[in-house]
Amino acid sequence: MRKTSITGWLLASPLSLILLVFLAAPIAMIVVVSFWGATEWAIYPAFEFENYEFLLTSSVTYRVFLNTFKYVAITWACTLVIGFTVAYYLAFHIRTLTWQIVLFLLCTIPFLTSNIIRMISWIPFLGRNGLANSALISWGVIDEPVEWLLFSDFSVILAFVHLYTLFMVVPIFNTMMRIDKSLIEAAADAGASGWQTLWQVIVPLTKPGIMIGTIFVLALVMGDFITVRFMSGSQSANVGRMIQNDIALLQYPSASATAVILLVTVLLLIGTLLRFVDIRKEL
Amino acid sequence: MEPRPRSFYILSVFFMLFLIFLYGPTLTIAVLSFQGPGGGLTFPMRGVSLHWFRDLFEQQAVGDIWGSFSRSFVLGLMVMVTTVVVSVMGGLAFRRRFAGSTALFYLIITSLVIPSILISLGVGLIWSQSGLPVHWSTSGFGAQLTWTLPFGLLIMFAVFNRFDPSYEEAARDLGASPWQVIRHVVLPIIAPSLIGVALFGFTLSYDEFARTLLTSGSYNTLPLEIFGMTTNVTTPVLFALGTLTTAFSLVIIGVFLLIVWATNRRRARLGSDAGQGMV
Repeated sequence: MRKTSITGWLLASPLSLILLVFLAAPIAMIVVVSFWGATEWAIYPAFEFENYEFLLTSSVTYRVFLNTFKYVAITWACTLVIGFTVAYYLAFHIRTLTWQIVLFLLCTIPFLTSNIIRMISWIPFLGRNGLANSALISWGVIDEPVEWLLFSDFSVILAFVHLYTLFMVVPIFNTMMRIDKSLIEAAADAGASGWQTLWQVIVPLTKPGIMIGTIFVLALVMGDFITVRFMSGSQSANVGRMIQNDIALLQYPSASATAVILLVTVLLLIGTLLRFVDIRKEL
Repeated sequence: MEPRPRSFYILSVFFMLFLIFLYGPTLTIAVLSFQGPGGGLTFPMRGVSLHWFRDLFEQQAVGDIWGSFSRSFVLGLMVMVTTVVVSVMGGLAFRRRFAGSTALFYLIITSLVIPSILISLGVGLIWSQSGLPVHWSTSGFGAQLTWTLPFGLLIMFAVFNRFDPSYEEAARDLGASPWQVIRHVVLPIIAPSLIGVALFGFTLSYDEFARTLLTSGSYNTLPLEIFGMTTNVTTPVLFALGTLTTAFSLVIIGVFLLIVWATNRRRARLGSDAGQGMV
């Protein structure tokens, strides 16, 4: 036992070192700096609660957090419905493994290309003179170009769904592929309709995958600042944007305090979700 | 084969729409990047030309994109190699429990779910407070590892969950040393997954934005450069650059898939001589 522990430590030491220096230490630093003070051009060590006091008593903070939760909730619902349907189709309607792999790869390839480019690529679609507006006008649905397609909450959520649905598809597909097909036959033999099989057999068995997908989407949307900034044309705010604004103004202590609150929120939410799923078992 | 149910056709249409949703916008900017010199950011096309691609080679039109491309490329390779090596070692370590393994596991999960801007801010603060200059190859490199390593490790955990230890036992019974077992048995078996880890390491680093934002210093990586362009460039040169980097990503993905395919074929050919022996 003693010897295996030492081998384990040796093998895990590069990993631990990297995570200590670039994850644990930065978090500690942010916590420390969140108690510091700032002038217009510099920050100075201190131990004051002013940053938190300002944050927690400002109505802006609550509105921004509420807006962030709104993005999370809507994006989660959309990615779950789309991701589940796509994964279900791949896992249960595609009959050969080769085609499953090919179609699965088609779904995952965009994940390996640049997010920023994928956001930019919505401009010709959603802009005032974009494809969506010209199509709607030519079909007679609207007379004037719609302004809210680009640079609005709509485009922010559209981009989130576009970027992050894969994070639902992959874990749900992974869980579905492990479902014993004879269970579905058994359900059919016992007289279950297609819907009943879906709701009472497949959905419950897919829950761990849904949980993991939820964790990903939650973490990505909660921590995002770039999608909101780009797709809302700086007109909407979420917590990430708030932090980024403070950073731009060199108000690092205030940015740190917001970051601490954000981190605590994210970890609490994900800690709760982790109670329902054992990630290591599901891999 | 039994006939397809009606739901199959409905879901097929849904899946097609999903693919259009995924790829449509990227294909649109690919088309628009061939705009004529007078064209704008949306349709209609005003002629077809390579004008905007030519612009990419002129400093004054786009800034230092080739410099940032080569930095991103080198950084991607550094992150890729480190991710593969550290993930394999970590994966091997986690096959057995060791003191602190649970804490380390939760640290990995934290690394995955922590908002990227916190890494950027925290690493940036540590570097600035200790008077070190932030640079893409030091602070930027480490910040990116906090994003690529969790993915590499999750893949390794999945691989070792399915790994049959009897291969190792057989090797040990034949007198292989621990290192020989890893070098000649474990590594060849997990090789295709390692190619996957390498692909993730490279592409996630190559496209990483948020964690490099405050940690890369005065020399931008490509995503940072592109983001800078979005605020002041309003011509299709942006689309040309987007098309080119996406094409580059696709080439990289293609190369990796080809390697996986070739290894699998080689394995199918040479892996086993069972049933082919001369009796």
